[in-house]
Amino acid sequence: MGNILSLTTFLPLLGAVILALFLRGDDAAAQRNAKWVALVTTAVTFICSLFILTNFNPADTGFQMVETRDWLLGLQYKMGVDGISILFVMLTTFLMPLVIASCWDVKSRVKEYMIAFLILETLMLGVFLALDLVLFYLFFEAGLIPMFLIIGIWGGKNRIYASFKFFLYTFLGSVLMLVAMVAMFSDAGTTDIPTLMTHTFGTENFSVLGVQIVGGMQTLLWLAFFASFAVKMPMWPVHTWLPDAHVQAPTAGSVVLAAILLKMGGYGFLRFSLPMFPVGSEVMGPLVLTLSAIAIVYTSLVALVQEDMKKLIAYSSVAHMGYVTMGIFAVNQQGIDGAIFQMISHGFISGALFLCVGVIYDRMHTREIDAYGGLVNRMPAYALIFMFFTMANVGLPGTSGFVGEFLVLMGIFQVNTWIALFATSGVILSAAYALWLYRRVVFGDLIKESLKTITDMGTRERVIFAPLVVMTLLLGVYPALVLDIIGPSVSALVGNYETALAAFEAATQFAAN
Amino acid sequence: METIILFAPLVGAILCGFGWKLIGETAAQWTATSLLFLAAILSWVVFLTFDPSAHPNGAYTVNILRWIESGTLSTDWAIKMDRLTAIMLIVINTVSALVHLYSFGYMAHDENFKEDESYRPRFFAYLSFFTFAMLMLVTADNLVQMFFGWEGVGVASYLLIGFYYRKPSAGAAAIKAFVVNRVGDFGFALGIFALYMVTDSIKFDDIFAAIPDLQDATITFLWRDWNTLNLIAFLLFIGAMGKSAQLFLHTWLPDAMEGPTPVSALIHAATMVTAGVFLVCRMSPLMEYAEATTNFIVFLGATTAFFAATVGLVQNDIKRVIAYSTCSQLGYMFVAAGLGVYSVAMFHLLTHAFFKAMLFLGAGSVIHAMHHEQDMRNYGGLRHKIPKTFWMMMIGTLAITGVGIPLLYVGFPIGFAGFVSKDAIIESAYAGTAGGYAFWMLVVAALMTSFYSWRLMFLTFYGTPRGDAHTHEHAHEAPNSMLFPLYVLAIGAVFSGMVWYGSFFGSNDKVGKFFGVPYAEASEHGEAKAEDDHGDDHAEEGGHGKAHYNLVGAPGEGAIHNSPDNHVLNDAHEVPVWVKIAPFVAMLAGLGLAYQMYIRRPDWPAKLAEQQAPLYQFLLNKWYFDEIYNFVFVRPAFALGRILWKQGDTNTIDGGINGVAMGIVPFLTRLAGRAQSGYIFSYVFAMVLGIAVLLTWMTLFGGAN
Repeated sequence: MGNILSLTTFLPLLGAVILALFLRGDDAAAQRNAKWVALVTTAVTFICSLFILTNFNPADTGFQMVETRDWLLGLQYKMGVDGISILFVMLTTFLMPLVIASCWDVKSRVKEYMIAFLILETLMLGVFLALDLVLFYLFFEAGLIPMFLIIGIWGGKNRIYASFKFFLYTFLGSVLMLVAMVAMFSDAGTTDIPTLMTHTFGTENFSVLGVQIVGGMQTLLWLAFFASFAVKMPMWPVHTWLPDAHVQAPTAGSVVLAAILLKMGGYGFLRFSLPMFPVGSEVMGPLVLTLSAIAIVYTSLVALVQEDMKKLIAYSSVAHMGYVTMGIFAVNQQGIDGAIFQMISHGFISGALFLCVGVIYDRMHTREIDAYGGLVNRMPAYALIFMFFTMANVGLPGTSGFVGEFLVLMGIFQVNTWIALFATSGVILSAAYALWLYRRVVFGDLIKESLKTITDMGTRERVIFAPLVVMTLLLGVYPALVLDIIGPSVSALVGNYETALAAFEAATQFAAN
Repeated sequence: METIILFAPLVGAILCGFGWKLIGETAAQWTATSLLFLAAILSWVVFLTFDPSAHPNGAYTVNILRWIESGTLSTDWAIKMDRLTAIMLIVINTVSALVHLYSFGYMAHDENFKEDESYRPRFFAYLSFFTFAMLMLVTADNLVQMFFGWEGVGVASYLLIGFYYRKPSAGAAAIKAFVVNRVGDFGFALGIFALYMVTDSIKFDDIFAAIPDLQDATITFLWRDWNTLNLIAFLLFIGAMGKSAQLFLHTWLPDAMEGPTPVSALIHAATMVTAGVFLVCRMSPLMEYAEATTNFIVFLGATTAFFAATVGLVQNDIKRVIAYSTCSQLGYMFVAAGLGVYSVAMFHLLTHAFFKAMLFLGAGSVIHAMHHEQDMRNYGGLRHKIPKTFWMMMIGTLAITGVGIPLLYVGFPIGFAGFVSKDAIIESAYAGTAGGYAFWMLVVAALMTSFYSWRLMFLTFYGTPRGDAHTHEHAHEAPNSMLFPLYVLAIGAVFSGMVWYGSFFGSNDKVGKFFGVPYAEASEHGEAKAEDDHGDDHAEEGGHGKAHYNLVGAPGEGAIHNSPDNHVLNDAHEVPVWVKIAPFVAMLAGLGLAYQMYIRRPDWPAKLAEQQAPLYQFLLNKWYFDEIYNFVFVRPAFALGRILWKQGDTNTIDGGINGVAMGIVPFLTRLAGRAQSGYIFSYVFAMVLGIAVLLTWMTLFGGAN
C-alpha cells in the first residue's frame, strides 16, 4: 500500500481514459455504460480512500503515507496526507459517486460529461494531496478546466458569460500566486511543501512605491496567495462570480463547485498562508476578519431578496465561507477546528441544497422561486428533505452546520468581539432568508396549474440524499468523528504559528534595542 | 430511568413520524402517546423520590456521549438531575402526555386538510419531538446542550405553528416565531462565548465554581470594559427574552396562536415559553452577583406583565387573550427570578403550567365545539351547551385570577394554585423592591388579569348566543379524550399551590431542603450557624414567624443559589397585611368590573371603545409593535438587501472588475463569439492548458535564475 495516495488520486483519471478510449457511440446503451463506468470508478475510489483513512494516525501531526518520485525536468512528484487534508480527500471521494448518480438523467454528451467529472475528481484530490509547489499549482489551476467546461457546455442559457466570469476572476488570482511561487523558490531553493513550511521567509519591512510594507516579503507573498484563495473561497468582494456560475452550472456542477471546489481556498489558507507566512497572516489577519464579517452580513442580506433559488443558495454559501475564513484567521484551536468542520459540513449541506434545487429543476425547468409554492402538497418526502437541509444550513444544533459555526464563533469571540457580534448576527439573517425561501417554495396551497402534476422524489433521488442526511446528522451529534482527526494537526499548526510569531517579535525587539 | 424519560419521546417521534405507514395511523398515535405517558409516570417517580441530600451538591449527572471537543472546550451529551430538572420533568411530561391524549379528539377531523391526508401522525411526531428537545434543554449539564434544546424547541415550535401549511398566515407566523427567537439566541450564543472566554468551560459545575473569582472582574466587549457577570447575565437574558416572549421580543407569541390549540397549550403556555425563566433560575449562581442585570430583569418582567395585560383587555380572539395572559404571567415569573427568589419563580412556573395549559385546552374545547370559530364576539351562553368544558374553564379562571382566602394560614394558604404562587411573587416584589415599581405594576396587572379572564368567561359562557345560529345549535361537548386531560389539569390547578407551598415558598430551611441547598440557622447577630441537612424538627413551623434560616450554599451547591445578602425570601413573609391583601382586592375589582361591563351592562364596552377610541386602538393594535418593527427592521432589511445586490454586487463590484478588465474585453467577446459557434471545447482547453504549461515553465526557470 505504499502508493495508496497516488492510486486513489489517479483512479478516476484511469476511468476517464477508459471511457475516452473504449466507449463508442452515443446511443442509450453507450450512455448507460458511461454512467456505470463513472459510478463504479468513483465508488472504488471512495473505497480506496477508506484505506487512507484507516491507515491514518491522527496523533502524528506530520505528513503520512508520503510518496516521492522524480518527475520531468528535475521536478519532484510528492504526495502526502495530514490531519488538515485527509478529510477534504474523504469529502471528495464520498461526494463524487453521489454527484455521478445525480446526473443519471443527463442526455447530452454523456460520455464527455462523465469524463469531465472523473478528471475533475483526480485534480481535486491532487490539490489536497500534493506536497510539491509545482504539482499543487498544476492540480489547482488545471481543476479550473473541467469545471469551466462543465459550465460552458452543459450549463444554462448564459453559460458563456458565467464561465468567462468564473475564469477571469480565478485566473487573475492565479497569476499572482504563480509569481509568489517563483519568489518562494528563489528564496528557499526548493518547491517541497514540508520544507517550505519550516522555512522562514523574510520579514524585514521595506517600501514599495513609497508604501511601507509591514512584515516585508512575507506580507507580499501572503497577499499574492490571498488573491488566489480569496477568489476561490470566495470572499467578499470578489464573490460575484459564484452566483452566476452556480445559476448557469448544471446541478452536478453546482454540487461539486459548492461542496468541494470552494474548499480549495480554505485549504490553501491552512496549507500555505498560516504555516509559511505567519507574520504576513498576523499583519493581514484583521483585514480578513473584517472582510469575513462584511461577507456574512452583506451576502445574507442579498440572499434575502433573491428571486432565483440557486442564487440564493449561492449567496448563502458565500456567507458560510465567511465563517470559514474568519475561523482560520482567528488562529486558535476552536477557530480552525470550526473552520475545517464548517467546510466539511458545508460540503454535505450545500451539496444537498443544490441537489434539492436540481430535483425540482428537473421537473419544472425553472429556478424562479415564484414559479413554485405549495410543493408539500404533492411532494412530502421532498419537503422533509428540503426542510432538513434548510435547518442544517441555518446551523441548527444537532446537525453538522451548528458545530462548525459554533466553534468558529467561539474562536473569534476570543479574538475580537466586534467581529464576533456581526458574525453572530448572521444566525438571525440566515434563518430569515432560508425559511423565507422554504416557505415560498414548499408551504402554501398548491394553486399553480403547472405544479398540479409534479411528482415526489423517486428511489434514485432518495438514495442520493440518504448518505448526506446520515452524515449531516452523524457529524452534528458526534462531531468527534471529525474533531479527533483534525485536532492534533490543528493544535500543531496553531502551536507552530505562535512559536513563529514569538520568534519574530523577539527578533523585532532585539533589533529595536 | 432518566435516560428512558429523555429518549422515550424521541423514539415515539421517530416511530410515529416515519413508521406510521407500516403500523397505521392510529397505532402510530398510540405509540407516541403511550411512550409519553411512560415518560410522564417515570418523571413523577423521579420527582417524588428525588432526594437532593443523597447527592453531592444536590445533583448527579448521567453521561451519554461525547459531543463537541476542541482544545479546552469539552462538551458531553449528559443528563444533569437536580431539583430544577425534576420540576421541569414533571411539568413537561405531564402536560405533554395530556396534550397528546387531547389531540386524539382535537385533531380527529380538521378542515384544513383533505379527507385522505395523513396529517395526524405528523402532528404527533412533532409534539413528541418537541418534548424531546424540551427535555434536552432542561436536563443539560452544559450551556451548549441547553442551546441544542433551546433551538430544538424553536424548530418544533416553527413546525407546529406552521402546521396548517396551506394558510399563508400560519407560514408567516412560523417564520416570525423562529426569527424573533433567533434574535434571542443571538444574545444567548454571545453569552456562552463570553462565559467560555472567562471560565474556560461551558459546563454548569465549572462555571459555578468559577463565579466567586469573577466578582468584580471586567471583560472587554465591543467598545468598553464591562462587569463580567453583569454582561454575561445580560446576554443570556436576551436569550430568555426571546424564548419567553418578554417585552420587545414578545411579538411572535400572539401570532403563534396560528398553530393548532393543543400546541398552544403545550408549547406556548406550559413549557417552551418558560424556558427563559428556567434559564435564569439555572444560572442563579451567576445572576445573584449580576445586580444591574437582575434589576433590569425585574423591571422588564414587571413591564411585560403590565403591557401584556393591557393588550389582553381588548382582544377578541379567545386564544390571543390567553396568549397575552401567558406573556403577562411570564413577566411575573421573571420578576421573581430577577429578585433572586428562584424557588418562587419555579413555583409560579409549575402552577401556571397546570392552569394555563388547562385554559388553552378548555379554549380548544370551546373552539372545537364552535367549529373553529375563535372570535369571542360570536360566542355567548355556551355554559348550557358545553357544561363540562365550562366548569373546567371556571376552575382555570379561578386559578389564574388568584381566588383564595387571604390571611388564612393552616400550614399553607387556602386557595387555587394561582392564588398561592402569584401572591408569593407579589409579596416578594414588595419585599425585594421596598414597595417599588415592580410591586405596583404586578398588582395592577393582577387587576387586569382578573378583568380579561372574567371577560373571557362572560363573553363565552354567559349572555345570549351571538354569531352564527347554526353553529350555536350544533355546539357539542368534547369527547372524553379531550375532557380527561382537563380533569387531570384541574387537579393541578386547584391543589398544586397548596401542596407545594412549603417547598417553594416556605421558610428557608424547607426551600433549602427541597432544592438541596445548604442552610444554616441565622443567629441574632446575623452570623450563620452550620446546621445539618436533616433533623430540623425543632424549627418553628411555617414561614410567617421570624426567619430562622438562611441559604448558605456556595455557588453550585444546590439547584439554586442565593448570595449572602439576599433575604428576599425571608422578607417576603414579613410584608404588611395590606400588601398580602392587595392582589386579592385587585382580583375582586377586576371581577366586579368585568361583571359590570359584560353581564349587567353589555352595551358599555362598545361605548367605552368609542369614547376612548385612540386608547382602544392603541391596545387593540398591541401598542403597534408589529407595525414599528416592520418599519424599522423588516422592510429596511429587504431594502438594504436589494441595494447591496443591485448597487453593490452588480454595479460596483462587477462594474469595477469589468472596468479593470476593459483591456481584454474585446478579446473575450471575440472568443465568446467563436465559442458559441461550437469551438468552445478546443478553445478553452487550449487556452487554459497553454497558460498552465507556460506558467510552469516560468516557475522552473524563473527560480533557477
